[in-house]
Amino acid sequence: MTDWYMLLAAALFTIGAMGILVRRNALVMFMCVELMLNAVNLTLVSAGRALGSLDGQLATFFVLVVAAAEVVIGLAIIVAIFRHRDTASVDELSELKG
Amino acid sequence: MTVEVVIFVLMGLTALGGAITVVMARNPVYSGLGLLGTMLSLAVIYVSQLAHFVAAIQVIVYAGAVMTLFLFVIMMIGVDVAEDTAENLPRQRLVVGVLAAAVVGFAVYLGVSQGFDWVPAASGEPVAEATNGTVQAIGERLFSTWVLAFEATALLLTVAAAGAIALAYFRRRRAVRE
Repeated sequence: MTDWYMLLAAALFTIGAMGILVRRNALVMFMCVELMLNAVNLTLVSAGRALGSLDGQLATFFVLVVAAAEVVIGLAIIVAIFRHRDTASVDELSELKG
Repeated sequence: MTVEVVIFVLMGLTALGGAITVVMARNPVYSGLGLLGTMLSLAVIYVSQLAHFVAAIQVIVYAGAVMTLFLFVIMMIGVDVAEDTAENLPRQRLVVGVLAAAVVGFAVYLGVSQGFDWVPAASGEPVAEATNGTVQAIGERLFSTWVLAFEATALLLTVAAAGAIALAYFRRRRAVRE
């Protein structure tokens, strides 16, 4: 059964990575990052179960905390950029100056 | 076992559908709802894998807090700005599609060629008690073996909160000065 969980996680991760490469909206790209983190969480839980250890679930807990912190900072940056430049499209933000 | 298979098929399909919605939807609100569907399906999968605590925080933190934050920001910046579909990089979508198909194909090939034996120690049935992720079991390990990492997350969350406040505060001060 573990193999199927791993395949599902691989598919989710690939969809997330594809979204990062294809989409231009910074918010949607951010959601794709969350998607990839969720896929990794699934692998951690499944592998931990297959190995008969609780450590996979604990690692998932820490990934979740990091994801929450990352969302706070990332969304604050997106809002700050939007207030400044009036756009959330990453194509418009290709210059390294305000 | 059969119950687990049924749950896996149903929730796996929902998770994949949600993930595809995230990438394909024009409207960011639909993307957010697709992500919500994926997270809830994964929470159900965690329950069927005896990861009760992880499932609970998946619903509370991810589906609750993180998605609410996303929807707040979508409301703030508005959804009426249409994303332009012109490609700045030539054939970007085609290359990405081929790349993704190659990665998934490679993963399937690895799985099949190894006889799906990805986790070496998976010989024999796993002991259900050892991986029963109750709050008590998780808490005992969290505050003994993993206590240093736990303290580090406290620092990380403090820094993140301070950073978010700084981003908002310094912008306002500069706006006042201008």
